[in-house]
Amino acid sequence: MVRAVDGVDLQAARGEFLALLGSSGSGKSTLLNLIAGLDRPTSGAVVVQGRDLARMTSAELARYRQQTAGIVFQAFNLIGSMTVQENVELPLRFAEVEREARRQRAREALERVGLGTRLAHRPAELSGGEQQRAALARALVNRPAVLLADEPTGNLDSHNGQEILKLLSEFNRTLAMTVLMVTHECALAERFAQRIVFMADGKLCPA
Amino acid sequence: MKTQDVIDLAARNLHESLLRNSLTTLGIAVGVASLVAMLSLGIGLQTMANRRLMRSGLFDTLLVGSRREFRGFGGGMHPEPTETRALDEKARVQIAQLPHVLEVYPEVRFATELRYTGKPGVAMIAGLPPSAGQNEAFEGMQGRFFSGPRAEEAILFADYAKELDPQASRLVGQEIVINYAEREPLSNSAEEGGFSLVRRERPLRVVGVIDREPYSGLRGMAGAGVFIPLQLAESLNVVQPGDLRGLTSAPEANGRTFNILTVRLDSPNYVEQVETAVKQMGFGAYSLMDATRNLRLFFAVLDLFLGIFGSLALAVASLGIMNTLIMAILERRREIGIMKAIGASDGDVKRLFFAEAAAMGTVGGAVGVVLGWVLGRAINFGTNGYLRRQGLPPENLWLVPWWLIAGAIAFAVLVTLISGLYPAARAAKLDPVQALRYE
Repeated sequence: MVRAVDGVDLQAARGEFLALLGSSGSGKSTLLNLIAGLDRPTSGAVVVQGRDLARMTSAELARYRQQTAGIVFQAFNLIGSMTVQENVELPLRFAEVEREARRQRAREALERVGLGTRLAHRPAELSGGEQQRAALARALVNRPAVLLADEPTGNLDSHNGQEILKLLSEFNRTLAMTVLMVTHECALAERFAQRIVFMADGKLCPA
Repeated sequence: MKTQDVIDLAARNLHESLLRNSLTTLGIAVGVASLVAMLSLGIGLQTMANRRLMRSGLFDTLLVGSRREFRGFGGGMHPEPTETRALDEKARVQIAQLPHVLEVYPEVRFATELRYTGKPGVAMIAGLPPSAGQNEAFEGMQGRFFSGPRAEEAILFADYAKELDPQASRLVGQEIVINYAEREPLSNSAEEGGFSLVRRERPLRVVGVIDREPYSGLRGMAGAGVFIPLQLAESLNVVQPGDLRGLTSAPEANGRTFNILTVRLDSPNYVEQVETAVKQMGFGAYSLMDATRNLRLFFAVLDLFLGIFGSLALAVASLGIMNTLIMAILERRREIGIMKAIGASDGDVKRLFFAEAAAMGTVGGAVGVVLGWVLGRAINFGTNGYLRRQGLPPENLWLVPWWLIAGAIAFAVLVTLISGLYPAARAAKLDPVQALRYE
């Protein structure tokens, strides 16, 4: 049996910007999925705001992903058949937010990432950097306590990558969100993160 | 997720694969249409058969006789009679007062001499109640039905009319004369019920000729060649075969007794009830109710078979829904993963797929009902065209009651929801990590 994450003991303080570095297959994405409540550990605990995700029912995990954790992926993962605004509104639909409030909050989030003029566009009509910014808006629209980013710059050029990290850093500071970013770009991590953790073969490495 | 949002998203998803979803919906519509067409044909045939049988007058009718008359008639219907009551005018009034009884009339039937253009012949004459005008035998007759309950008019049975004139239709409007023996009570012995016979003669105007015998088989009209209004027939006071027997065996009847009374009811449903009531009054009774029971069973089986054949198409359509939804899951695997990652619960995903199935079911059901209706109209139009060419009156072979419309749509939605169960459960259980890895 392969243990993707093995014996990891990691703590992040509220409002911390933490970068998780490692090569492919080191288990960093699996660790992120565990913290996002998308995956369950076979043993051990993942405690966020005092609650163990490993003991939650799937409905509770859904509510956790809805209210506590926002997530951004390397591949943006926007829904192609929806406009940018509709994509950002989607988490609010699951959280049963009223239509008007939903629109308002989605617009605000998009303005925050600089896409205030691209509301009615479909993802395919945006550049990679813009798509990732839309994904970022979608992740923060529910005002989560934890923002998780899985290789957010992996599909972007260095300029756009830096822009995204600037935004992450800004949310970390202004909205007091705890940011946990998985990356293999050491330079970006060193520039924006407050703490860097290295992983290899599913284990944390001493710095 | 709120219901409104589920509907919103489902509508959006359906619109995304418009062609495929429309074809699936059309499949359901064809299934529902075949179900509606089959069932409405069954219902139409049943209604038509019921109407025809009602109009034949066989099933809403009870024959009542004194127990003496009915012994051996209908096979041991009742044990030894406790009392023998005479079937007289008093009994007739009493039976007429029972609930659901429309009319009670005696069989008046006698043989007389009949003259037409001076030539004498023999005729069997039968009295017809006014309600007989509804009988199918008078549908499309030559001439018309009696103008009143005591009109001095006659309707001839075609076979008999041909004996008078080879071209029967020429008889309408002509005069015939009947000679008969009237029963006249003896004035000095009324309490003994005796009577004398007097020869009478009466002219009648022929108003119509019919090809079919009315009430053939049940109501003693068989073999009659001339029909006259029942009240007229009764007022003629023609001596009846039973009169002599009535005179000797039931003197308490004070003269007049009936051989058999025909009791017509407002609905065949009450035949059994009235039959029991009449038997309790001390008379014998007989009906053809058993035959209708078998008929109802036949139509229940026919409807079942038509329904099963109709449902087959819907079953095939339900496989189409399942296929479409499973395809949608494969295509939207990543999308389902994204939705789950940003907060959709298993229940949200399930409801979304259910809503899509239900929408296809509802639209398919509604379109199917319309299609089925059009199909039924076409069948009706075709068969009526054929009936017209055969010289037969048009028929409504096809009937869509409101419950069938509602039932067909509900059934379509139910079938689509059942077909959606597995795909929806599969989508809900999708592992978001796996789904997001999927390219």
